[in-house]
Amino acid sequence: MNQDSIIYFENVSKWFGDFQVLNNINLEVNKGEKIVVCGPSGSGKSTMIRCINRLEEHQEGKIIVDGTELTGNVKNIDTVRREVGMVFQQFNLFPHLSILDNCTLAPIWVRKMPKADATELAMRYLKRVQIEDQVHKYPNQLSGGQQQRAAIARALCMQPRLMLFDEPTSALDPEMIKEVLDVMIGLAQDGMTMLVVTHEMGFAKEVADRIVFMDEGQIVEAKAPTEFFENPESDRTKLFLSQIL
Amino acid sequence: MLSFNWIRQNLFSSWTNSIITVVLIYFLASIIPPMFDWLFFEATWIADDRTGCTSDGACWAIIGARFYQFMYGFYPTEEVWRVNLVYALLPFGILPLLWDKMPFRKQFLIFAIVYPFLVFFLLYGGPGLTAVASNKWGGLLLTLFLGLGGIIIAFPLSIFLALGRRSEMPAISAICVVFIEFIRGVPLITLLFFGSMMLPLFLPEGLDIDTVLRALVAVIIFQAAYGAEVVRGGLQAMPKGQYEAAQALGLSYWQMNLKIILPQALKITIPALVNTAIGLFKDTSLVIVIGLLDLLGIGRAALADTKWMALHVEVYVFISVIFFIFCFGFSRYSLYLEKKLNTDNDSENK
Repeated sequence: MNQDSIIYFENVSKWFGDFQVLNNINLEVNKGEKIVVCGPSGSGKSTMIRCINRLEEHQEGKIIVDGTELTGNVKNIDTVRREVGMVFQQFNLFPHLSILDNCTLAPIWVRKMPKADATELAMRYLKRVQIEDQVHKYPNQLSGGQQQRAAIARALCMQPRLMLFDEPTSALDPEMIKEVLDVMIGLAQDGMTMLVVTHEMGFAKEVADRIVFMDEGQIVEAKAPTEFFENPESDRTKLFLSQIL
Repeated sequence: MLSFNWIRQNLFSSWTNSIITVVLIYFLASIIPPMFDWLFFEATWIADDRTGCTSDGACWAIIGARFYQFMYGFYPTEEVWRVNLVYALLPFGILPLLWDKMPFRKQFLIFAIVYPFLVFFLLYGGPGLTAVASNKWGGLLLTLFLGLGGIIIAFPLSIFLALGRRSEMPAISAICVVFIEFIRGVPLITLLFFGSMMLPLFLPEGLDIDTVLRALVAVIIFQAAYGAEVVRGGLQAMPKGQYEAAQALGLSYWQMNLKIILPQALKITIPALVNTAIGLFKDTSLVIVIGLLDLLGIGRAALADTKWMALHVEVYVFISVIFFIFCFGFSRYSLYLEKKLNTDNDSENK
């Protein structure tokens, strides 16, 4: 495990009943790195990134996030979750709170930030994702693309050290995908450590430092985009690429 | 709105509709005037006893003669100002909990916390006030005390029970399941009996809990168990994503439930919660089996008086009207809440 490592998976395995979703995963991500995870559905890519903030529990192996090992210890889990932002496929904004309140809730209650500071912080990030004129609306009054951008702002308000994206554009209409990807590209350019599960290969080519290809719970290959697209090693990867490109 | 056009479109749009309209108008015309005659125009309002009611209308004199009992039961007349004070302060004790735009709500909220203790002090007596045994309470006083007290105190309990039942800790979940299923599985009457007849047998000598308090405890645990299942239904309807988003942000279990899950889950259970609350409010009449006379009990006692025999209709109409006012109030309030909490597209300002 090197010094810059922010995520460290060592021989991680997980089962849903008899079905093995993660099979001996080894992965190390450095600070500032952008990783795109792809693979066919059911390959375990979502499960893998959900293990990073313990929305899923791994059963074997070791996961260390930003120096904290994830175990049953609730304190450790809380520490990790404070530092890891997550964006979901279905946005998962809180429908009973305004966009602004969605963003200030965690800073106020988890970071114990004064309300005025939290509001200022939230406005900064909401401006950055360009929905500063919608902040007093409720999530259901916004379009899908706006909701997802608000969800990104909400995660950023905790000022996380890394961001997880679980298929952030899969639930969006095609014309809204770009506005969300643009926000993510901007974030990547600012140096955020990102793990993105996505099928957007254009985004992967532009942003990723490494592409991790998974199949049947295993990491089949993990390499830089040019290598990955031009020179895939395994037949499984070749087949996958031929289907999506 | 009630223009000629409106009438033609809505009441006489086709032959069948016209016939139905005419029949209904005839029906209403033959029912309503006699009803009003009986209720108001030909009613006797003041009389000394049954024989004073000579008109064809209702004999409301019985309500007047028994009004004190309907409102206060057998509360001593010289102390009745205490009950009146409780009644007069009731809006200030409850409104701040229900109405978020109440003027001076913050100050009134403090009062709302004090109010239940004040009620106990005023009704039971204490330093400076003569004690009034609770078997003297009755009528509306008892109905409100048990009904509102039960509903309000049981509400937080039902939330804890519902959360407990879904808890991942097996001991807590087991306790909640047993409690809910046991209480829900028996009729309220048996709980009242158990509280009033059997509990004293188990309690040590000299530790005597007041009859009304025992009834209140029975009502509370009954309502808590029912409410818990309603709340659990709401919790189960919450999408998994809401829990995950809250956890991913680092919220603790209680923060997640208080800030994210419960506000949404309770909102969708408002109709069902109000339904059980209305049910309970009316079920408080069952305290008659342990010798307490609520509004209905007082009515039945009035009917047994030889001076006022056979005025069932008047007494039951009066009692129904009072129950209806409260239950209808609950129901309107729940509609107001649902509307206020609606955050979907179709709502204008929140």
